[in-house]
Amino acid sequence: MEGSEAIAEAMVAAGCRFFAGYPMTPFTEVLEHMARLLPAVGGVCMNAESELEAVSMAWGAAATGTRAATGSVGQGLSLMQESLAELCHARIPLVVCNMARGQGDYFQATRGGGHGDHRHIVLAPHDVPEAVYLAQLAFDLADRWRNPVVFMGDYFLAHVEQGVEVQPIDFGDPVDRSWALDGTSGGSGAAKLLSPLGRARRSDPDHVDYGRHLARIGDSVRAMAEGVTPMAEVVGVDGAELVVVAYGTPARYVRAAVDLLRDEGLAVGFVRPVTLWPFPSDAVAAAASSARAVAVYELNLGQMVDDVRLAAAGSCPVEFIGGISFDHSGFGVAPDLDVELLAGRIRRLTQRSPA
Amino acid sequence: MSRRPTGRVVDDFTPSLIIEGEHSLCPGCGEPLAMCGLAEAVDELGLTRRTIAVFGIGCYTAFAGNIDLEVLQALHGRAPAVATGVKRAMPDTIVVTVQGDGDMVNEGLAEVLHTAARGEAITCVLLNNGVFGETGGHMTAATVLGQRTKNTLEGRDAARHGHPIPIADLLARLDGVAYVARGSVRSAAHVAGTRRMLRRALELQAAGAGFTFVEVLTMCPTGWFVETAEAPAYLEDVLAAVHPMGVVKDVGAAP
Repeated sequence: MEGSEAIAEAMVAAGCRFFAGYPMTPFTEVLEHMARLLPAVGGVCMNAESELEAVSMAWGAAATGTRAATGSVGQGLSLMQESLAELCHARIPLVVCNMARGQGDYFQATRGGGHGDHRHIVLAPHDVPEAVYLAQLAFDLADRWRNPVVFMGDYFLAHVEQGVEVQPIDFGDPVDRSWALDGTSGGSGAAKLLSPLGRARRSDPDHVDYGRHLARIGDSVRAMAEGVTPMAEVVGVDGAELVVVAYGTPARYVRAAVDLLRDEGLAVGFVRPVTLWPFPSDAVAAAASSARAVAVYELNLGQMVDDVRLAAAGSCPVEFIGGISFDHSGFGVAPDLDVELLAGRIRRLTQRSPA
Repeated sequence: MSRRPTGRVVDDFTPSLIIEGEHSLCPGCGEPLAMCGLAEAVDELGLTRRTIAVFGIGCYTAFAGNIDLEVLQALHGRAPAVATGVKRAMPDTIVVTVQGDGDMVNEGLAEVLHTAARGEAITCVLLNNGVFGETGGHMTAATVLGQRTKNTLEGRDAARHGHPIPIADLLARLDGVAYVARGSVRSAAHVAGTRRMLRRALELQAAGAGFTFVEVLTMCPTGWFVETAEAPAYLEDVLAAVHPMGVVKDVGAAP
């Protein structure tokens, strides 16, 4: 199954019943599959007239407690950032797919391109089976933390074909949705109000206290930062002189290069962050603590390398070995994603004499 | 010395679904009248426990806390798209948006046009006072020519600031739109007429007739360069001359 189709199947298996999107390569196929799959299960897929409308429609559906998602590529997500920031303040769960071009959207996803203090959980699969798992986990985490979750796909993930079976995953206790709107609390004297501004009813003791609302959002963001378990794939870091860090599809090439070098007898370890936020800092710090150096490969000018440096906290040098590499279209298969080429870059670092 | 109340209640004029107490809108503002009319229309039709109101961003936003209906707060301009998501996810709800002219006609023109063209079974309410009231009275896309605002001090001039958008008339042209009307809160009679328009729009929404739209011309006592007592007359003479009151479109049938 092609990645885009598997991701769409996984979202539907997770109970997603509302999707809104605006076509853009390589997100388009996810939209196509959602438009095909959702009506068959009683769901709704909206062909939104812009990314602004797509995220707004998803906001409305999500506010009713319906599992909802939207998506685009990084460019489209740029347009959605106001809503994505405010959804955190409104505490509305939403899954957002970024079928990214390259890896230049790491900062956008983990820092947010939007305003104010907010955070999004970010999940970055490296292959289709993991994408099927994480697409479903995304809905569970969104519900559990009442916060947007970014599913970080990429061009390769959208188009690669892998054998995979999509089955619904049970993540345990159902989540409380008593906050969701359905109209029925009207006239009760305490009708529900769901707002990023935190404006409450006049009858409430702390109505229209936006400052206190923002402080409460700070509490929920901190709780999320501490409560979400960071995930990472860790290979051969015990006794490794050099540890290489990479995420997403490019990490598969890096992993193959690392395996090649280990076969040559070089002590090279590998860490692949699966949650980009919260970042698996402990796993990176542990790997860095005994290594002579850490190398970071990304298909960009160096973004995640900042988080690796924060995690390593000066315990060893952190080298950036990635870079921008695209085909003529600006988002297709990157020439740098070549195992020999990557192995060469990593080998050169191992050949440096100890400081 | 304590006084015993000597009067007796002969009628209760408390508006339905309004939480009593202070609100943040200025004395002489027309928006509370329009929103009370909306709440009364919802109540009169027995739709209270089915209704979700989606609010935009403007002075009226704070009034969401005074209405005992479920409220979903949208971002500036986005209410019709947010309402679309609510309605599509829960087709049995009655979904109403409340937006000002800055919110709808400036920031959210695309949203309201596309939502209308899709024929979404929601009711969009536009509170049109021709200014961004919350920022202190600045020009919107609905400001009429000659109207003085904080950034058109000599009055809106077509050559420099372009022409106002008659949004109700634009929407009426679109297929999928079942009802378009423009009322005001200029007088008690106008308030009552506007409430009838809101009732009609809600009835048509409940009947699934399509997109329904009610524009309400309101006064802005602080943003306008007009004495508060003169504002209703200014509304009629100046705003309504460009945005005329009345039913613009009604597909008929339904209740």
